[in-house]
Amino acid sequence: MNSAVKPSDKAAPDFGRALKDGVIIAIIAFALLGPLVGLKTDQNMANELILQNHLGLAAILSAVVGVGRFLLSAFVYPRIAARGNRSKAAATLAELEARARVTRGLSITGLIFLFVYPILIISLFGVQGSIKWVDNYGVQILIYVMLGWGLNIVIGLAGLLDLGYVAFYAVGAYSYALLAINFHLSFWVLLPVAGILAAFWGIILGFPVLRLRGDYLAIVTLAFGEIIRLVLINWKDFSGGSAGISSIPKVTMFGIYSFDVSAPNNFAKVFHLAASSAYYKVFLYYLILLLALLTAFITIRLRRLPIGRAWEALREDEVACRSLGINTTNTKLTAFAIGAMFGGFAGSFFAARQGFVSPESFIFMESAVIVAIVVLGGMGSMIGVALAAVAMVGGTELLRELDFLQVVFGKGFNPDQYRMLIFGLAMVGIMVWKPRGFVSARQPTAFLFKRKTVSGDLVKEGHG
Amino acid sequence: MMTSHRTWDSDPVLSVEHLTMRFGGLVAVNDLSFSAGRGDITALIGPNGAGKTTVFNCITGFYKPTTGMMSMRPKDGALHLLERMPDFVVASKAKVARTFQNIRLFSGMTLLENLLVAQHNPLMIASGMTFLGVLGIGGYKAKEKAAIDRARYWLDKIGLTARADDPAGDLPYGAQRRLEIARAMCTGPDLLCLDEPAAGLNPRESAELNALLLSIRKDDGTSILLIEHDMSVVMGISDHVVVLEYGIKIADGTPTETRNDPRVIAAYLGVDDEDVEEIEQELDEAAGSEEGRA
Repeated sequence: MNSAVKPSDKAAPDFGRALKDGVIIAIIAFALLGPLVGLKTDQNMANELILQNHLGLAAILSAVVGVGRFLLSAFVYPRIAARGNRSKAAATLAELEARARVTRGLSITGLIFLFVYPILIISLFGVQGSIKWVDNYGVQILIYVMLGWGLNIVIGLAGLLDLGYVAFYAVGAYSYALLAINFHLSFWVLLPVAGILAAFWGIILGFPVLRLRGDYLAIVTLAFGEIIRLVLINWKDFSGGSAGISSIPKVTMFGIYSFDVSAPNNFAKVFHLAASSAYYKVFLYYLILLLALLTAFITIRLRRLPIGRAWEALREDEVACRSLGINTTNTKLTAFAIGAMFGGFAGSFFAARQGFVSPESFIFMESAVIVAIVVLGGMGSMIGVALAAVAMVGGTELLRELDFLQVVFGKGFNPDQYRMLIFGLAMVGIMVWKPRGFVSARQPTAFLFKRKTVSGDLVKEGHG
Repeated sequence: MMTSHRTWDSDPVLSVEHLTMRFGGLVAVNDLSFSAGRGDITALIGPNGAGKTTVFNCITGFYKPTTGMMSMRPKDGALHLLERMPDFVVASKAKVARTFQNIRLFSGMTLLENLLVAQHNPLMIASGMTFLGVLGIGGYKAKEKAAIDRARYWLDKIGLTARADDPAGDLPYGAQRRLEIARAMCTGPDLLCLDEPAAGLNPRESAELNALLLSIRKDDGTSILLIEHDMSVVMGISDHVVVLEYGIKIADGTPTETRNDPRVIAAYLGVDDEDVEEIEQELDEAAGSEEGRA
C-alpha cells in the first residue's frame, strides 16, 4: 500500500501555478497595503497637511507576502495534501524507530558539543569575548534545561499540570541566599539543603492540593507560586522585600580556588592569568551542565523503577492505578517533591550565579516559560525538553540580534520591539506543525523481546 | 465442584451484609446481602440499572456504602472489612482485584509495562522504596526479573506473548479485555471482580474467555465475582448466581435454581408471554451445553 502512495508524495511541485498564486496575492496585498502603509499623512513646519510617500515599503511588504504565498503553494500545501492522504495513524513502526535513532544520535552529539562548547567559544572569541556566549547563552539555557527536566517529572511523567513551579525555584534561591549570608555556609553544603527545602515545600503544597484534578490543580498551583512571591515581597525582615538580597557569595571550586577578586586563592591569581570574570562563567557553565545531567540521569533511572512506571500509569489512568493497589496520593507527592527538589537545586545555582535575588525573578511568566518548554518539547521526552529550552531561551536571546532588519525597514526601526511578536508567531507555528511537541513518541521502560517506540498518538497527557 | 454444593454458605471468601448505597434520594442498592464462595465463580446479574456496578464499586472501595458490612477473607485467614478501607488498600491488602466495564488500560504503555505496574507494591519494596533502586543497590534487578517472568506467565495464558512490547492501545478490543484480566491477576488477588468481561466479544472470544476464567480458578485458586449479561457465560461457568432488580436481591442460588425462579424470569426477561417462551428456550439450550461440558 505504501508503494502505491509514495509516488504521489514525491510529485514535483507545480511551480507555474504557485507563481501565478504568488503574483495574484502580491497584487492584492499591494492594493491593500498601498493606501494603508504606502501613504501617510503628516504635518509640515507650516502646520499644513502633507502626504508622505512610503510606496517602497508597501512594495517590499507585498513582495514578502507574494513570495510567502509562492513558497506555501509550491512546497507546503502539496505536502499537507499528501499527508492528508495517508491514514491518521500514519507513523508506522519503522518511521518511529528511525526517528528514535535520530533522537539518540542527537543526544550523544549534543552531549559532546555541550562539553566542548566553552573551549570552542574561547578559541573563537577570546577569553573576554566568550562571556556573552557562555553566560547569556550557555548558562542561561542550561538553567532552563534543568528546570524543564525537573518540571518534566511533574507534568510530563505524572501528568500533573503545575503552573507554580517557579515557587520552588524561589525557595531554592532564597534558601541559598539567606543561609549563605547569615550562616556563611558554602554552596556545596547549601545545594542539597536548598533541594531538600524545596522538596519539603513541594510536599507541603502537595498534601492539600493533590486531591484536586485538572484545571483546579493548575489554578491552585498558580496561586501557590504567587503566594510565595508575595510573601517574599512583603516579609521585609526576612527576605528584604522587593529590594531583594544582594552580595550573595560566589560558588568556590570546592573551597580550593575562589572567584572573589580579593581572595588570596583567586583562580586567576593562582594561575597567573589576566583577571577576568570569564573563568567564573566557564566554571558556572560546567557546574550547571553537571547539575542538569544529574537531573537527567536520575530521571532516566526513576523512569525504570516502579515509581516512574507508576507516574506514567497515573498519567494514563488514575482510577486503574488505584484498582491495582497503588497509593496515588503518595505517588503524586513523590513526583511533586522530586520535581521541586530539582527546582530548588536550580534556584540555589541561580542565586549564586546572579549574586542577587529579588521577587522580580520569580514572577508567573517564569513558570509559564518552563511549562511552555515542557509542552513544546513533548511531554515526558528528555531530549525534546532540552531542544525546546534551546529554542525558547536561546531563541529569545538570538532575537536581540535583529539589527540587520534596519537595512530593510530603515534607520528608525527598532527590532527589539518585535522580538516577542516574532517569538509568539514561531510558537504558534510549532504548535500547528507539531501539536504534541518536538518529540512525542515514548520509549518503553521495559521489554520482553525488543524495545519498540510507542507512537505519541496513544500516549495520554494526563488530566490533573 | 458439585461436591461442596453451597460453598458460599460454608466457606465464603466475601460476605456482603445489609449493603445499602444511596445517591441523594436515589437508592441504588437496598439492603443487599449475599456471599461469594471460596473457589467459586459467582455471577451478579440483573437488568440494566439494577445496581450491579454500584455493588462492585462498593466492594472495591470506589464508593463508600451508606450502610452495610463487607467482609473479605483472603487465603491467609485474615479478615478485612472492606467498607473501612480506601480503594487502593482494598486491592493491596484485602487482595480484591477488579476490571472495568469500559476498559481502563494504560494505553500508551506496552503490555509488559501494564503487567509490571500491576506488581507495583512488591516491586516498590524490592527497590527499597526507590532510594536503593536509584543508587543501583539492593538486588532490585533480580526482583524485576521475577516480575517480568510473572508477566510472561500471564501473557502466555492470555495468548498475547508475541505482542508483549506493543502499546496496549494498539490491541483489538477482545485482546484488551483479556489483558485487563491478566493485569488484575498480576496483583495476586484472592477475589477477582469482573465487570461485564464478555461485553462486545464475539462467540468465539466469549468461549475463550470462559476457558480463561475456568483456568484462573483452577490454576491460581482465585475466586471470581462477575457481572455479566451474556447468558452463555453466566450459565456456562458460574457456580452461583445472584440476581438484582432495582437494587434489591430477588434470587440467589445455583444457576439451575435461579433460571427456574419465576421472579427472575419476570424481572430479567420481562413478563411478555412470547418473550418468556423464547428466552426459556434459549436458557434450556445454554443448560444443555453446560451439561454437555460437565
